[in-house]
Amino acid sequence: MGRLSWRLAEVAEVRPETERVATLALEVPGWDGHLPGQHLDVRLTAEDGYTAERAYSIASAPDERRVELAVERLDDGEVSPYLTEELRQGDQLELRGPVGGYFVWEPGRGGPLLLVAGGSGVVPLMAMLRHRAATGSQVPARLLYSSRSLDDVIFREELERLAAAGDGLTVTHALTRAQPPGWTGYARRIDAAMLEEVGWRPGERPLAYVCGPTRLVEAVAGQLVALGHDPARVRTERFGPTGVP
Amino acid sequence: MGGFVSRGFKGRRRPAAGQAKLPPGQYAEPGFPVLTAGPTPRIDLADWRFRIEGLVAKPREWTWEEIHDLPPSSFEGDIHCVTRWSKLATSFAGVSVDTLLDAVEPRPEASHVVAFCYGGYSTNLPLDDVRGGKAWVVWEHEGAPLPPEHGGPARLLVPHLYFWKSAKWVAGLRLLDHDAPGFWESLGYHNRGDPWREERYWGD
Repeated sequence: MGRLSWRLAEVAEVRPETERVATLALEVPGWDGHLPGQHLDVRLTAEDGYTAERAYSIASAPDERRVELAVERLDDGEVSPYLTEELRQGDQLELRGPVGGYFVWEPGRGGPLLLVAGGSGVVPLMAMLRHRAATGSQVPARLLYSSRSLDDVIFREELERLAAAGDGLTVTHALTRAQPPGWTGYARRIDAAMLEEVGWRPGERPLAYVCGPTRLVEAVAGQLVALGHDPARVRTERFGPTGVP
Repeated sequence: MGGFVSRGFKGRRRPAAGQAKLPPGQYAEPGFPVLTAGPTPRIDLADWRFRIEGLVAKPREWTWEEIHDLPPSSFEGDIHCVTRWSKLATSFAGVSVDTLLDAVEPRPEASHVVAFCYGGYSTNLPLDDVRGGKAWVVWEHEGAPLPPEHGGPARLLVPHLYFWKSAKWVAGLRLLDHDAPGFWESLGYHNRGDPWREERYWGD
């Protein structure tokens, strides 16, 4: 495999997802495709040559023409405020990738799938679900997704549409801080009881992908193993203020 | 891609002193992020062993007590993760890999090591990257027991290379007369991982 070289992408669209998260749709000439779950590196360069690099998970499926990132703005961040607030359609962005070959899923890897996300950790899992839908895969999949509030749920309407397609996907939300009136869903952090109710039984040998803040990832991965799931079928990726993977 | 400027990007300059200590493409991170490919293994200290095998005259295993009886050695300095954070001026304590290798007497033809771990992780290094005062097996971080999510009970520490080489939950070293790519080295990451040469991915 040759060197991953830096290339210039053009911003085709900046689409707000939530108050803090925006999707960047990029035209990337010569992009060779990626696996759902992979990330890429972004490099920003100031006029005096100062650079800052960060990694971002790819949200789009390889089947789509554009490469999409969904970036959460971190108030004390150096790169994410630029990407979510300054960058606009027609701007150029330097990137290289795709990177990462473990936290990836394609239909051929089978299932059933248990996807567990916290906050913006849903981004690489969304690439998997979009690819699953685009390829017509019938691999049964369950997404358990923890957000602070309903307004913080990224890809909310698209997830509803995907779950309504009747192709074996269920989406379950846990809202940890605020719930809308009449909310009957989970109103607490993901815990072992929730994983037992929503997830597959260990005997069904699910393939689990867990992505989110460290505390969530550490807790969920530990709980899955304690419930009897094979550690070798639990893949984790930390996602948050200090980068991926 | 010389000359490209990100429109409107100013960036956050760091003090010159801090900047000089950072390898290219890295930023200083005050915390200690946790990056792991799978669940954190829980290892009972009574069952913990560290083993050196392969091309050595005297393969052997240490228990938790036995390894603590070896001369202590510590590291103070900087660590660099391939995901771009660096942690400056941190410290670890344990035993020097030199001490362990002296006990097993590597054969002359040994040129590489594979560090193998509880949980199945592995990483490969040239033998010269783990001897000569460059590598440790550590069980303390900044004066406290190394937490499980950071590799406790014990992890390898090879601070002059990207931190995925500092294998968490290390269970031993296997000495070889050839190179044998480990976990991340088989999945797109650089075989050696020198942060000062920015060896992040295959082909860098």
